[in-house]
Amino acid sequence: MHTILSNTQLAPNVTRLTVTAPRIAQIRQAGQFVIVRSGPGAERIPLTIADADAAAGTITLVIQAVGQSTKELVALQPGEELRDIVGPLGRATELPEHGHAVCVGGGVGTAVVHPIAQGLARAGVQVTSIIGGRSREWVIFEEELRALGTTIVCTDDGSYGRHGFVTDALRDVLAAGGVDAVYAVGPVPMMRAVAEVTRPLGVHTIVSLNPIMIDGTGMCGGCRVSIGGETKFACVDGPEFDGHQVDFDELRDRLGTYRQYEQAAQDHACKMGQG
Amino acid sequence: MPVNEQISAKERMAIARVKMPEQDPQVRNRTFTEVNLGLPEQLALLEAKRCLQCKVAKCIAGCPVLVDIPRFLGFIVDGDLEAAARSLLGDNALPAVTGRVCPQETQCEEVCIRGLKGAPVAIGYLERFVADWARDHLTGAFMTPAPASGKKVAVVGSGPAGLTAAGELIKLGHAVTIYEAFHTPGGVLVYGIPEFRLPKEIVRAEVARLEAQGVKIECNTVVGKTYTLAELRAEHDAVFVAVGAGLPVFMNVAGENLKGVYSANEYLTRVNLMAAYDFPNNATPVLKGKRVAVVGGGNVAMDAVRTAKRLGADEAMIVYRRGKTELPARAEEVHHAEEEGIRFDFQVAPLEVLGNDQGWVTGLRCIRMELGEPDDSGRRRPVPVPGSEFIFPCDIVIVAIGTRANPLLTSTSPDLRLNRWGNIEAGEDGATSLPGVFAGGDIVRGAATVILAMGDGKRAAKAIDAYLQNL
Repeated sequence: MHTILSNTQLAPNVTRLTVTAPRIAQIRQAGQFVIVRSGPGAERIPLTIADADAAAGTITLVIQAVGQSTKELVALQPGEELRDIVGPLGRATELPEHGHAVCVGGGVGTAVVHPIAQGLARAGVQVTSIIGGRSREWVIFEEELRALGTTIVCTDDGSYGRHGFVTDALRDVLAAGGVDAVYAVGPVPMMRAVAEVTRPLGVHTIVSLNPIMIDGTGMCGGCRVSIGGETKFACVDGPEFDGHQVDFDELRDRLGTYRQYEQAAQDHACKMGQG
Repeated sequence: MPVNEQISAKERMAIARVKMPEQDPQVRNRTFTEVNLGLPEQLALLEAKRCLQCKVAKCIAGCPVLVDIPRFLGFIVDGDLEAAARSLLGDNALPAVTGRVCPQETQCEEVCIRGLKGAPVAIGYLERFVADWARDHLTGAFMTPAPASGKKVAVVGSGPAGLTAAGELIKLGHAVTIYEAFHTPGGVLVYGIPEFRLPKEIVRAEVARLEAQGVKIECNTVVGKTYTLAELRAEHDAVFVAVGAGLPVFMNVAGENLKGVYSANEYLTRVNLMAAYDFPNNATPVLKGKRVAVVGGGNVAMDAVRTAKRLGADEAMIVYRRGKTELPARAEEVHHAEEEGIRFDFQVAPLEVLGNDQGWVTGLRCIRMELGEPDDSGRRRPVPVPGSEFIFPCDIVIVAIGTRANPLLTSTSPDLRLNRWGNIEAGEDGATSLPGVFAGGDIVRGAATVILAMGDGKRAAKAIDAYLQNL
């Protein structure tokens, strides 16, 4: 059992949970994830470890409540128990020891790019972060990323920071030169756009993928993604891959596999008085 | 030994083999409740009388865990079911499981003398009968444990090999902790084998019995990630690795990443472990196809195709590249599948999964095969018939052509010797290249059966005990 220590709303449907998980907090590395399950009958949900405090024995999870299962997770209040957390899973980010990296985060993906930026900064890499959201209220982890290096905030509506997409800011940073690698995490269209910006420049680009997953140990193959025409399992071969090799169309498509079931799940929850 | 003299040899030989009461095929192919209903006591007593109590009982040697079959059958005849249960449980840690899923026809029952003329004794049915009786009547720690040895053993994986080894080791007085990656113990018994063949309640009861005897189980622990094998080894006097062969093999044909293509592992895990058949009461969904093609001919393929039928498929079909006699599945599973209206298309190989512009599966392009020269396995190798291509329209394709060794644990243990397929190299007794580390089940054998894994667990437990005595 894992105890919820804090529950903070970061953006309209984005919640940060701090939860006890001493072993995972102690050994997790940048880029790794956990799978959580809120109780009997619940789905197993993969979540990147956004932050960890080894001394306190806690990890931080950032959850966008889009479906019934994630809504149940973010409803957990301090003092309540999260039944199952398994991890840390997936390969850790390969961290260079010098140079200049740009970390691009879109929406809730900013919480996933945060541990990468943290790992890079700790390894001695100069970090520039470019983060974005639809509008001001959707911008998350700004303070945490500012502590790690220059941070450019973009909003689609111009309500905060730079008016425009993260790719616009990325183009400018790349134009200034000296960038060795780009790490991008966010919605599929954003990651694809970042990869297309960096491809002509030949800048090494890493993306973190979030396909549908059950076990997280390579056992089910549900999370398969095509990388350079080869099938890989995101849970054990990833979740980070060369952004120039990812078949984003297939990823986006497969993410929609159970869309038709989501409404049924929500209707059911309403009937059960949880909705 | 129990006496079994109440009836004459002639009377004994005249008793016909019992038939297992089953749910009607046209009713059961819509539900997930168990197909086999179990023998009533009266029929079990009669069936047990068919045993000849052979002095040299071949059935014992035919059993991978060496259950003393004539002994427990003798106790049934005597009407002493408690003695039968104690005898059986002393030999086999999971009899309610093996009584349901063992391929008895190629093991104990294959060598039964009664089978020479007529039908062998229904040993599997009787094992199930006694095990179910034990579950209802023998509660708690019914065995007096050996005095504590002070030795600690870690078991990695709570499938049939791990549970068996744990059961044997705890009886010998060792402290046993099982580490399980999933949130529920049981391994393939809970994620792989469907409810209608092995109710999860049975597995829960078997696990609870082991826990009552003192076995500790830590779920949500992935060895290779949460802990390395070396860390576990440092904390325990010995480790038994029984993580199974949990990496699905795909066909490597075009269209395999379309929506609607599942590995059998994923499909069965969704339906069994995550109970997707009861969606939305359970939150994990599974796609329900109208026409479902399952590629493969083993027990896993049968489980998947019968599951698809139960989830409402109008047509659920097995696509297998060899013929009916080559099907590796248990005879009973094939028979049950046929009764339930499963279609079989033999000597067919898939070439491509077809899809629409929305990314959904629409069919399976296949080619007919004929049997050519025997291959390395001695079976005749299927070869394509030119010009015989056809399309099977379907909306779900389930790939059940086997599994390989999962490298998650082994890749983090560089000193652990593997064979060229990535399976752990282990001797008869499970000993590996690392002192104090033993291994068994599918991670050693490649994909095999529950009972072979249990046999490995039992032998390894004996070897681990000997290793601990010599420390």
